[in-house]
Amino acid sequence: MPEGILCNKQPIVTDEQLKLTLGDKSGKQYYAEMEQLDVDTDKLWSTIQNTMKSRLKTWLNICAKCGLCADSCFLYECNDRVPEQVPSYKIHATLGEIVKRKGKVDNAFMRKCMDIAWSWCTCCNRCGQFCPHGIDMGVMFSYLRGLLFSQGFVPWELKIGSGMHRVYKAQMDVTTEDWVDTCEWMADENSEEWPGLEIPIDKEDADIMYTINAREAKHYPEDIAEAAILFHVAGENWTMPSEGWEQTSLTLFAGDWEGCKQQVLHVYDAIERLRPKRVVGTECGHAHRATVIEGPYWAGREDGQPPRPYIHYVEWLAEMLRTGRIKIDPAKRIKEPVTLQDSCNYVRNQGLKNITREIMSYIVEPGYFVEMAPNKEYNYCCGGGGGFNGIGKYRPQRNIALLKKREQILATGCKLVVAPCHNCWDAIRDLEEEYPMGLRWSFLKPLVIKMMIVPDHLKPQDEEGEE
Amino acid sequence: MYNFLTGPMVWITFLVVVVGLTYHVVTYIRGLDWRLDRVGYRPNMQYGLKGAARSIFFWLLPWGSHGWRAKPLFTLLFFSFHIGLLFTPIFLEAHNIMLKDSWGIRLPGISTGLADFLSWVVVIGGIFLILRRIAYPEVRILTSAYDYLLIVIAVSPFLTGLIARYNVGNYDFWLLIHIFTGHVWLLSLVFTRLNHVVLFFLTRAQLGMDYGIKRGGMKGTQMTW
Repeated sequence: MPEGILCNKQPIVTDEQLKLTLGDKSGKQYYAEMEQLDVDTDKLWSTIQNTMKSRLKTWLNICAKCGLCADSCFLYECNDRVPEQVPSYKIHATLGEIVKRKGKVDNAFMRKCMDIAWSWCTCCNRCGQFCPHGIDMGVMFSYLRGLLFSQGFVPWELKIGSGMHRVYKAQMDVTTEDWVDTCEWMADENSEEWPGLEIPIDKEDADIMYTINAREAKHYPEDIAEAAILFHVAGENWTMPSEGWEQTSLTLFAGDWEGCKQQVLHVYDAIERLRPKRVVGTECGHAHRATVIEGPYWAGREDGQPPRPYIHYVEWLAEMLRTGRIKIDPAKRIKEPVTLQDSCNYVRNQGLKNITREIMSYIVEPGYFVEMAPNKEYNYCCGGGGGFNGIGKYRPQRNIALLKKREQILATGCKLVVAPCHNCWDAIRDLEEEYPMGLRWSFLKPLVIKMMIVPDHLKPQDEEGEE
Repeated sequence: MYNFLTGPMVWITFLVVVVGLTYHVVTYIRGLDWRLDRVGYRPNMQYGLKGAARSIFFWLLPWGSHGWRAKPLFTLLFFSFHIGLLFTPIFLEAHNIMLKDSWGIRLPGISTGLADFLSWVVVIGGIFLILRRIAYPEVRILTSAYDYLLIVIAVSPFLTGLIARYNVGNYDFWLLIHIFTGHVWLLSLVFTRLNHVVLFFLTRAQLGMDYGIKRGGMKGTQMTW
């Protein structure tokens, strides 16, 4: 069978196809069809010839097979250091083999590549820092994912995720109407406690346009409310776009490069339309990477910059705390050992390591912040990055992957983890579920709301009366 | 044979090495693509060059990078091996005399004792690299016959040079083999993975630019990757 009904080489572009694929519980039919899927070897080889230039080609050829990348990989370490998990081996056994065979590989080989590309590598890019030749296996696996996606060999959830972006312009089926309603609902819901609280939609020429992870709109709307409260208290002139509010990109995890471009252009269109002075993205690592770090290139922007300055939430928050627009009540600072999860996607991949520590210095009583080891740009992936968290087929492998973070957190002796990234937050939540150790985890927003000093004029009338 | 290997063949080999390595450098740089690599090289050249220089510098410095510090003993082995491999042939007195005879120029020479020591470092280093490949499962799985061959190619001129120098067996024979393996060594810089003699600088520079431009450099964060 050349192409399946659910598993095929075409990305999902219609609501009908999306629902049909979603209806296939756990992707049973999808994966059965995948076993019959033909490989278009000519297309595979021509794609490689057109897209594999200096960097990737040289990386494959120059690898000295020295094995220095082995210890850099948390998946190698938590899988009993089996040699098959050595990053260099993983990429040469997959992409390297496809290139060696000039694309002439069969279905079974492509399925093996899929397993390795999505469950043996989270594209955390840590190995690249330990290779004398500067070979970044994360980048190569990302490239391999693109090849696999184009041939239909992609995990069920990510095929759907990519389809969601193409159909709904978001990783979940949140329509523009749902979205605007959610914002209005959140503003109403919190207006009693926060008089004057607004979630302005489509306001032009604001100082800040805020974008989020669709999970917030779908499952955690309080996260949107928390952002609104903090903007309100900081006195920001801000807005959110009715279209182009979704900053994440499951297409990035899926290797759907065309979908990546489409998604990021929705956000950039919103920026062009509303002309904010700058844009702030939510506490999410891959969203930042997709829209701010890689996005400009997908959109064809040669300078590598988004249309307006676009910062991560931690940068905005640090600025507010630094300038005193948000003040922390010293009595309410965290007074228990607390550690910080560095997100690969904005720490290793954009150097925001000091900003998060600056925030910790304001919100944690001196002496209580405990660093993980290793940390900052040498941190380990949370265990669920690169889409790993969301793929049912690879849940057992993902649960093993969590063990490194478990070991790191246990070594700090902390029960509280600050995780300013949706994916890391999820992984640490799952870590507690899989291996209970009494952990608590939090984004920055709720922590800061609990400990900030609220100016009197922003408090509800009755509360003021009580005081 | 001796006359050919020390005469016309030297010209041929040097020509092939210069042209071949230049070809590697030029094709590498020409093949960089801001869209495919997702690095805005041109508009952010200053950040890029700074990142490239940092990356090369810290990886050329023994224990200069986090990666080198993570494996201190391997780093010692690696640097000794490479220093011996590159310095000895360039500064060896005997080579300099030949250079002076044919081209009239000479480089500063090193003492025979130092040359011997460095050659031994290369030979022993090569043996350790081979043993390491056999002993560690994480390196063994990556290793093929080609990897051993490259070590043999790299070490041969040094081993044969030592044999000739100590006058073990027939001097003329070992000298000839030394010259022959020297040619193989040089030509391998072009045709095998030993091309990392130049590509190391280019791949490091590329990743350095990536970090210098996109992955933190423009945010003012210095990272030694």
